Amino acid sequence: MQHFTRRLVIIIPYLWLAAFFLWPMAIVLKIALSEPRLAQPPYWPLLDLAAGWDGLVAFFKALSFENFVFLAQDDLYIASLLSSLRISLISTAILITIGFPIAHAMARAPRSWRPILVAAMILPFWTSFLIRVYAWIGILRPEGFLNHYLIGAGLISEPLTILNTEYAVFIALVYTYLPFMVLPLYATLERMDHTLIEAARDLGASRARAFWTVTVPLAKPGIIAGSLLCFIPITGEFVVPDLLGGSQTLMIGRTLWVEFFSNRDWPVAAAVAMVLLVVLVVPIVIFREAESRRMEAGAKGGAKGGAGARDKGERP
Amino acid sequence: MKRGGVRAVGAVRQDFAPWADPGAVPFIRFENVSKRFGDQVAVADLSLDIYQGEFFCLLGPSGCGKSTLMRMLAGFEAPTGGRILLGDADLAGVAPNRRPVNMMFQSYALFPHMSVEKNIAYGLRQEGMARDAIAARVADMLKLVQMERFAGRAPDQLSGGQRQRVALARALAKRPRVLLLDEPLAALDKKLREETQFELMDIQIELGTTFIVVTHDQEEAMTMADRIAVMDAGRVVQVATPGVIYEQPASRFVADFVGEINLFEARVEGGGAGGDAGGAAGDGALWSLRASEGETAFRVDDPDEALAPGDAVAVAVRPEKMRVFREAEAADAGAVNTLAGEIWDIGYLGDWTVYRIKLDNGRIIRVTRANATRFTENPLALEERVCVDFAPDAAVILRD
Amino acid sequence: MRGLSFFNVAALTLGLAFLYIPILLLVIYSFNESRLVTVWGGFSTRWYGELFRNEPLMRAAWVTIRVAFVTAIFATILGTLAALALTRHGRFRGRALFTGLIYAPMVMPEVITGLSLLLLFVAINLDRGFWTIAVAHTTFAMCFVTVIVQSRLMAFDRTLEEAALDLGAPPWKVFFTITLPIVAPAILAGFLLAFTLSMDDLVIASFTSGPGATTLPMRIYSQVRLGGTPEINAASAILIGLVATAVVIATIVMRRSARMRAAQAD
Repeated sequence: MQHFTRRLVIIIPYLWLAAFFLWPMAIVLKIALSEPRLAQPPYWPLLDLAAGWDGLVAFFKALSFENFVFLAQDDLYIASLLSSLRISLISTAILITIGFPIAHAMARAPRSWRPILVAAMILPFWTSFLIRVYAWIGILRPEGFLNHYLIGAGLISEPLTILNTEYAVFIALVYTYLPFMVLPLYATLERMDHTLIEAARDLGASRARAFWTVTVPLAKPGIIAGSLLCFIPITGEFVVPDLLGGSQTLMIGRTLWVEFFSNRDWPVAAAVAMVLLVVLVVPIVIFREAESRRMEAGAKGGAKGGAGARDKGERP
Repeated sequence: MKRGGVRAVGAVRQDFAPWADPGAVPFIRFENVSKRFGDQVAVADLSLDIYQGEFFCLLGPSGCGKSTLMRMLAGFEAPTGGRILLGDADLAGVAPNRRPVNMMFQSYALFPHMSVEKNIAYGLRQEGMARDAIAARVADMLKLVQMERFAGRAPDQLSGGQRQRVALARALAKRPRVLLLDEPLAALDKKLREETQFELMDIQIELGTTFIVVTHDQEEAMTMADRIAVMDAGRVVQVATPGVIYEQPASRFVADFVGEINLFEARVEGGGAGGDAGGAAGDGALWSLRASEGETAFRVDDPDEALAPGDAVAVAVRPEKMRVFREAEAADAGAVNTLAGEIWDIGYLGDWTVYRIKLDNGRIIRVTRANATRFTENPLALEERVCVDFAPDAAVILRD
Repeated sequence: MRGLSFFNVAALTLGLAFLYIPILLLVIYSFNESRLVTVWGGFSTRWYGELFRNEPLMRAAWVTIRVAFVTAIFATILGTLAALALTRHGRFRGRALFTGLIYAPMVMPEVITGLSLLLLFVAINLDRGFWTIAVAHTTFAMCFVTVIVQSRLMAFDRTLEEAALDLGAPPWKVFFTITLPIVAPAILAGFLLAFTLSMDDLVIASFTSGPGATTLPMRIYSQVRLGGTPEINAASAILIGLVATAVVIATIVMRRSARMRAAQAD
């Protein structure tokens, strides 16, 4: 009985994830190798288990890489993949540049302020992603707040065109993903012993040199965690480019969406998903390794450190 | 220390010594118990008897297996070999919640979401005791540890010493037949630790419960225990009263681990019961030895019968059992049990002064002197030439 | 402000301003009388009234709340079980795959998760609607619950459980009287997180919903694509208000537990 309940604790969540995460991924792969049909479901071949072994053989024979060949031949897909990676890389770089000073200041703040600052960092991140993206439409549009105030202040005479350009995409991505970067950085910087900086200064390092040779190397796990937490989802982002990027901003998540909902070409959409997955598999594996290592380190170090950085609930 | 025909060494309770009584039946028996974690041996083929009402200490450095031994008794670990008996019952397979044994944890393990009162009542509630009986017992326990005023407090509103008391009360509330205490005083500061040691002893005598304490602190063990088991690398190396452990250590490890000691490597020349030790006063156990380094002669009064001329042994002398004086004042420098050297370091501790003396053969030994008077005329100074000596019965011969 | 340089203060001020100004503008202008989003036409709660008369939007809100509630319950149970499995069961067979399955959905682009689940539901011929959205949301929300509860369990002092066992409580009673009460704040935080993640989601819901089950984010998305209306501002302001309240409550709960944890760590 005891043994059985212990098993159940593992088996129930395991089966759930296998059924609703692993199996769907296998189906995506299968459909990526199928061809589209005007039917319900709109692809072929269908696996007919009733036909037994022969059915299985026939099924596998009918699968083909045609969709992937199609993806490779059409500029649109390669262009949107490359554009996604470019936008994601640039955003992550901006996020590090902006996030580091904020996290550093939070970690340096008096101890009694820190929980409040962390809560302040987390609060916007609990509010709807969609609403936060929407807020920027009102700010960035030609007759929006930004242009309104800039013209009012006499800084510009013609409204700037930001909405429906890549600039708007960068602004909104940095805005929505900032907490994902700041919180893991803060977690590592906060744990850092400040006397290390004092030791470096004592040994003759300038303030800047102490920062580059002590603070930054020690913050590396935080930088890596934050970068992966931003880079991976941004690469597949759909809402931001769709609402703010205009028609010329290509991103792979949006291409998949259009392929699926507008063109109803499920096999090609599945193939796009597969390509995106393959591109992201390496960073995802690195992320998983880093997270479980952090978990174990956290366990050894006691209550400190804590959860994965993307969890909204954990605060010190 | 008593002197004379019968050798006696300090014991806490002179009238309590069931281990010396061949007819006494042990209460807890470890029979050839061993415990392995993977290929690491934590406890190796260990046998140990503990008697009812004893205050027993397991003493040893960290990693010696003492905690594992205690956790096996509590039921948190199962032995890989041998068996543990409590009374007549084999404890194998008995779940921790069904053993008549309670434990006070090193971290105290007070439930943070329960008040002091609820913490103490927790074990009683598991027994299904009546509500008013629980209340009465909790009140008794709070009184025992003098925490009546704190019944409603949460553990995080208590000081370290108060938490320690609550943990003790909680573990005692069920009137266990054996109380296990895992480093019970490690988290307290020195003053409080000393006070609490005596309180624990009072409580133990009052309740008559068998106490088993795990500690790495020899002073704690010496103060509280009826008997101490010194452990090293998963084995018990000596079980004895604190006085015997200190004055007649069974091995170099025990001698070195408990207190400070000076060891001189030496070779047996003669003596013993029937030997000739230069016609010494008829104790019958006087050995003459010669130091392996230098030519110092030793004469040691230790009733060890198994020595033969030529055996390599160590002469062990506690620092407080040695005398130090100026070389010029020595009546017969170079005589038996006398070593010459110079003062290397002086540590003034208030009650004691510690001298580190560099002998002429280069070894540094330690000699302490009680500061019995407030002022000393012409005290010993650094680098002064001195002699050190000790009485024949001040030393112990160690064979291993 | 000991220890904070001018640069630190500037970083904090600008950072917080960047995070909060867009939200504040949205909330303030939800009380704008004018239909023009950027021109202030006087204070009014007119759009809130219109919002509550907007039947499709209200229906969507109700669907969203129900989905979020079901999701939070399932995700909390599954996530807590998974956290227990990871912290309390040592090295079981398939553990590496299991941790992979926990971490991957958290960073997986939503379009992939959504698409794959839709294809699963089509493959097994399941009618899409309320329950398919709830299942999809549970799958990714449970992973976040796992991480939160797992971190709490890892910080948990196991000797508390040993002490309870030692005092005579059988293992199931130890779990319910000691482990669960102490981990409860993390489980509650996980529940709230799962609830908001579900309420928040547009992409996965769009893939896995069917006719008759349109969620609030889906409705807001389609209106925003058409240019947005002051009603959406009002709806956003309400959502922000709800979340702010929930976060304040959660902060108080977590603070209490942090005190407890600090006491335990001493």
